[in-house]
Amino acid sequence: MVTDSAIKTVTLTIDNKSCTVPKGTTILKAAQSIGIDIPTLCYMKELVPDGSCRICVVEIEGGRKGGLVPSCAEHCAEGMVVYTRSQRVVEARKFILDLLLSDHTLECFSCARNGSCKLQEYCLEYGVERTSFRIGKRTPFGKGDTSNRFFEFRPDKCIMCRRCAHVCEKLQGRDVLSIAGRGFDTHISTCYDIARTDPTCESCGNCVSACPTGALSSYDQKRNYRSYEVTSTQTTCPHCAVGCQFNLLTKNGKIVGADPVDGPTNKGLLCVKGKYGSYKFVHSGDRLTTPLIKKDGKFEPATWEEALGLIVNKLTQIKKKEGADAIAGFSCSRSTNEDNYMFQKMMRAAIGTNNVDNCARV
Amino acid sequence: MALKEPVLLKRVEKMTDPTSVEEFTKYGGFDALKKAVIMDKEAILDELDTAHLRGRGGAAYPLGRKWRHLYGSQNTPKYIVCNADEGEPGTFKDKMLLEKDPLSVIEGMVIAGYVFGSNDGYIYIRGEYRHIQAVFHQAVRNARAAGYLGKNIMGIEGFDYDLHIISGGGAYVCGENSALLNSVEGKTGRPRVKPPHLADVGLYLKPTLVNNVESFACVSAVINMGGEAFLNLGTKDGGGTKLICLSGHIKNPGVYEVELGMPLDEILYSEEYGGGTSTGRPIKFIHFGGQSGPIGTSEQIKDRLYDYGDFWYNKLAIGSGAIVVMDTSVNAIDYMTSVMEFFVHESCGKCTPCRLGTTRLLELFKKFQRHGGKQGDIEKLEKMLEHITNLSACGLGQSVSVSARSALAGYRDEFEACIN
Ligand SMILES: Cc1cc2nc3c(=O)[nH]c(=O)nc-3n(C[C@H](O)[C@H](O)[C@H](O)COP(=O)(O)O)c2cc1C
Ligand code: SF4
Ligand code: SF4
Ligand code: SF4
Ligand code: SF4
Ligand code: FES
Repeated sequence: MVTDSAIKTVTLTIDNKSCTVPKGTTILKAAQSIGIDIPTLCYMKELVPDGSCRICVVEIEGGRKGGLVPSCAEHCAEGMVVYTRSQRVVEARKFILDLLLSDHTLECFSCARNGSCKLQEYCLEYGVERTSFRIGKRTPFGKGDTSNRFFEFRPDKCIMCRRCAHVCEKLQGRDVLSIAGRGFDTHISTCYDIARTDPTCESCGNCVSACPTGALSSYDQKRNYRSYEVTSTQTTCPHCAVGCQFNLLTKNGKIVGADPVDGPTNKGLLCVKGKYGSYKFVHSGDRLTTPLIKKDGKFEPATWEEALGLIVNKLTQIKKKEGADAIAGFSCSRSTNEDNYMFQKMMRAAIGTNNVDNCARV
Repeated sequence: MALKEPVLLKRVEKMTDPTSVEEFTKYGGFDALKKAVIMDKEAILDELDTAHLRGRGGAAYPLGRKWRHLYGSQNTPKYIVCNADEGEPGTFKDKMLLEKDPLSVIEGMVIAGYVFGSNDGYIYIRGEYRHIQAVFHQAVRNARAAGYLGKNIMGIEGFDYDLHIISGGGAYVCGENSALLNSVEGKTGRPRVKPPHLADVGLYLKPTLVNNVESFACVSAVINMGGEAFLNLGTKDGGGTKLICLSGHIKNPGVYEVELGMPLDEILYSEEYGGGTSTGRPIKFIHFGGQSGPIGTSEQIKDRLYDYGDFWYNKLAIGSGAIVVMDTSVNAIDYMTSVMEFFVHESCGKCTPCRLGTTRLLELFKKFQRHGGKQGDIEKLEKMLEHITNLSACGLGQSVSVSARSALAGYRDEFEACIN
């Protein structure tokens, strides 16, 4: 079945552009492949479509149900004619946004996600400034979950896209979050209402990174920066040898935050160290910024030339007197794989011993 | 003309013990199965097509077509699932079969097991039907003891098929095929994204057939009398007899079996069936097929035939077979408000339009009810109904508008009276 569908292709038209894709491709993916952008809220490219937010609707000429289908779930078919921005599509998206705003505490000024919120972005794009449902049931204002030390959860800003729960269950494998209740009262809950300080929650923050709004937001971001104030620099997390890719966010020359990047080893995820720890030591007052050499039982700052020179001298002396196997090297799991490789190479080739180890056993 | 011989209810009230295989076979039970196992499987599918049997769960999808789709799937194992969630308000006919003739449902499911070479069937029975579940359990045990379930059924080498009984938890949405399968798997009962179709990726991701209780009972009837005879009981738009559920302001509420195509007036007014209203006031409207079905005004229901085709042409629907009668004392807006309350309560909350939209609809209906409507509110209601229908992820949200639109069409003046 799989090979069967992989070889067959279908040709369709999206916004008057022709496009040929393998059978089984969703309209969203086909559109993306030819540079057409469709808004999404619940869609996660790593997982099967959730099909819940319905913002990604597109119009199919002559289709059933008024021809509107969620592009993240609907498969392309031969000869299909798709419009991603017809008037009906725009009206439908406006309705969804209107509904979402009808149960949303709109406080963009003070919101951590101001400038990087998908709800805000789409409302701006589709000209939905406020909800048309002026009165009616609302999720109570501001009653959030502040149990975690790195981030808070505000149900009155939650649009129930369910991304956080999917990340936690299917990608992080922790299953801390679940979808409780039904109808209007559906909400994101922790399992059995445990606090987000429970050991089950690793504080990895992947739920926060996945959240398209300010419903889950990091205190660091809330207090210190907005997305439009920072410069992103992609780099490798220095905390362990996995080599997760992330963007370090800098504001006025200081690192203020980290956002996961879709790297080959981390696929858009980070752990608590990468997300909340890695950038903090950079500006820590306790950090060593020069080598120290012990003189008369006291550490004194030294230059790199002095420090490396001392090491070379001592190692050469020991090797001469006791042989290379009197020396052992132990590298740190905080180093990157490349550094660890270089280290063992140095031990073997330059010093001449196989006594080399690393602490990465966790 | 009243039905001469009941087809689906032929054994009901005759058997001293409805779970007894002996009693069941005394009145023709398992005749269809015995016939089916010596028939060519394709021939069985042909009979079902000829019979033009439509699914009795509500959507009226041709059963033969559904069976053929599954039959064509190469993937194995295949699962047979019977939808006995019966959550549609005003619908209580599956209950009759499950309680009074459970073996007829089992027989239909075993025939499906035979056709699809399946080893496992599941029946998902509404949680509130606790005592009926006990009856059904007994019927399954008896069928197993008599060799109609289990290994080598009826002595046929390799015909292994058994039934698993699952209790629902009381959510209307679990009557929706894919939510039902999630619930059987022990997951939260919320609908799945389609595609894929359940006949390709269903229970435990395997090809799966889901049919209603009454549909399975009809399968035995088709095999027994032949497709042609079954078709002739009904009309060209749907063959056979249909169980109907009369309730509301009707003198003789209850479950009846009628031939499809019977005049609606006979169902409503003849003493054998409804017997007219219970209040003496005239009928104002009828809600057909449960909360998700349309409302027919007294004008619209005049001279109708109880037939899939005649109903569709007149913007009505047979649906599950529910016929809820309301007399002239009922205000359309009050009625619709209570219908909306049902949807608000039953929305599973998965998709935005239904999760939030049903509540916004109810709020608007309550505004009308208080006579607090503003200029433009009716138009706003119409727009909302259109969007919720087009955007909702499953049949629940998609059918919220059905009754509301028909109420608006029939009683617009009552809505307008609420605008100031
Ligand atoms: C919200 C919702 C509730 C439903 N409830 C039931 C039900 O209680 N019983 C049932 O047989 N079908 C129910 N259905 C219809 C089923 O999804 C499905 O169409 C039916 O079980 C298929 O069987 P049939 O083709 O034999 O009718 C429901 C559908 C929806 C969308
Ligand atoms: S979540 Fe988005 S829309 Fe809501 S207050 Fe924050 S920035 Fe504004
Ligand atoms: S921080 Fe990580 S473990 Fe905790 S809820 Fe979020 S995703 Fe789950
Ligand atoms: S908390 Fe964020 S990610 Fe989770 S459902 Fe709400 S809006 Fe979506
Ligand atoms: S339409 Fe309603 S019941 Fe169906 S998936 Fe959406 S929220 Fe759930
Ligand atoms: S992105 Fe398609 S339904 Fe949410």
